[in-house]
Amino acid sequence: MVSTTLAERMTTVRFRPDHEPHIVVDGDICRDCSLHTCVYVCPADLFTLLSDGSILFNHEQCFECGTCYIACNREGAISWRYPGGGRGVTFRDS
Amino acid sequence: MTTGFDAVVAGAGPAGSAAALALARAGRSVLLLERGEFPGSKNVSGAAVYSPDVLEALVPRFWESAPVERVLTRRVICVTSEESSVALDFSSRRFASPPYNAFSVLRPRFDRWLADQAVAAGAVLLCSTVADEVLRDGAGRVRGVRVRREGGEIAAPVVIAADGVNSFLARGAGLQRELTGHDLSLGVKEVIALDRHTLEERFQLEGDQGVTYEFLGSVTGGVAGGSFLYTNRESLSLGVIVEIASLAEHRVRPHELLERFRAHPTVAPLVRGGRLVEYSAHMVPEAGQRMLATLAGDGILVAGDAAGLCFATGLYLEGINYAIASGRAAGEAAADALAAGDTSAAGLAGYRRRLEERGVLPDFRRFRLAPRFVMGERIHGLYPGIVTGIAERVLRSEGGRPKQKLLPAVTGELRRAGVPLRRVLRDLWEGGRAFGW
Repeated sequence: MVSTTLAERMTTVRFRPDHEPHIVVDGDICRDCSLHTCVYVCPADLFTLLSDGSILFNHEQCFECGTCYIACNREGAISWRYPGGGRGVTFRDS
Repeated sequence: MTTGFDAVVAGAGPAGSAAALALARAGRSVLLLERGEFPGSKNVSGAAVYSPDVLEALVPRFWESAPVERVLTRRVICVTSEESSVALDFSSRRFASPPYNAFSVLRPRFDRWLADQAVAAGAVLLCSTVADEVLRDGAGRVRGVRVRREGGEIAAPVVIAADGVNSFLARGAGLQRELTGHDLSLGVKEVIALDRHTLEERFQLEGDQGVTYEFLGSVTGGVAGGSFLYTNRESLSLGVIVEIASLAEHRVRPHELLERFRAHPTVAPLVRGGRLVEYSAHMVPEAGQRMLATLAGDGILVAGDAAGLCFATGLYLEGINYAIASGRAAGEAAADALAAGDTSAAGLAGYRRRLEERGVLPDFRRFRLAPRFVMGERIHGLYPGIVTGIAERVLRSEGGRPKQKLLPAVTGELRRAGVPLRRVLRDLWEGGRAFGW
């Protein structure tokens, strides 16, 4: 099996995004953070560090694993809850 | 507010469905909530169901009706360096006939089937419904849950929180502490389709039999954790599970670890020719005894991953069986408490008693040192390379090179790795305390 890019991998998963984001990132707190752990630990690579030091987050392809808020060491930087019922990721073959 | 149920169970994974099944069988009205479109749609695991007697106690001869993939008769534990690996390969014909030892499953199918058993017994399943928090009465006792739906309050004398590793209910009820990156691991997984004939030939499988592989060492590139490859009927489940604190410290991306694992010379030929079907990720509560929740409060019980009842000791990697065992115990204890008219924490104490009697809590106590030991830096980062190094020194045939006896091979390899013998002896002692006696 040849290697797969993350983008290719993500096409195998079905997402039905919630209207409002279930994860909110507080940009002010992130700007003071030097670690940006969220950028590295997310299995779907949904956190992007912008040039001004803030974090861009896409909630639409989230696995709802919770790793970002566990790994983040900045109190209050990541507010996390589940998407609304029936929304978000649906695994079919795992 | 919706009323009229004796109990509400949050989460239709194995713990929640087992709880709802036990309650329904005891003649109680029970509402089973699931936030996904269907039970199992949010769940990810290896996935092997060990100790099938736990499930058989609920559904006799379940393997005849449940969507099990393969009967696991062989287990390979493999330590790896970049170029080589040493494996312990165990197989037993005894595991191939009832009552069996383990099955591989795919969670969206398996969890859905188990929830169907609860529904058939009389439980009411409500999908696409998130339970956000517990409701309390004036005295602080839990008396229901708030769901994210119109009119979203559901009252019941007993709530069973089976809402998984991110248990907002257990935390909100004050029964689980804030968890850290040392308590939790991240698992990333791929399901790779492989035609049945190729799969059975490649893994030397007879018919419906299957094998699990677990890997330790270079496959996680120094990050604390390990990886796995399990056979399903016509696919492979493979993944990497790493401690979140260690992952954050190494600043390596999880999907890159998965790629690295799949490319390892021992793994690549096993996966060759396969087609990626699904990529997934989930957190795993891996800290064992030290992260167990307070199991009961007034009007509430906590079961499965929500309670931290996942057994990740390296030697044993089990969770579904503990989820089913704890769910069933919670359901039975809730039914007893309802019959006695006392759903206080004291009235629900039958839950803990059952978990003691059925060996769940004793397992966690007995192996309480194991999770921290196996997450130790030398266990996954150093010793696998030493073990493969020793094997290579001994097994490499090279004309003109004096052959080594075992002891010099061991001491030579320890010297190369810069590990003092007393350090090894201490680790052996600690490993012995964790697993041996």
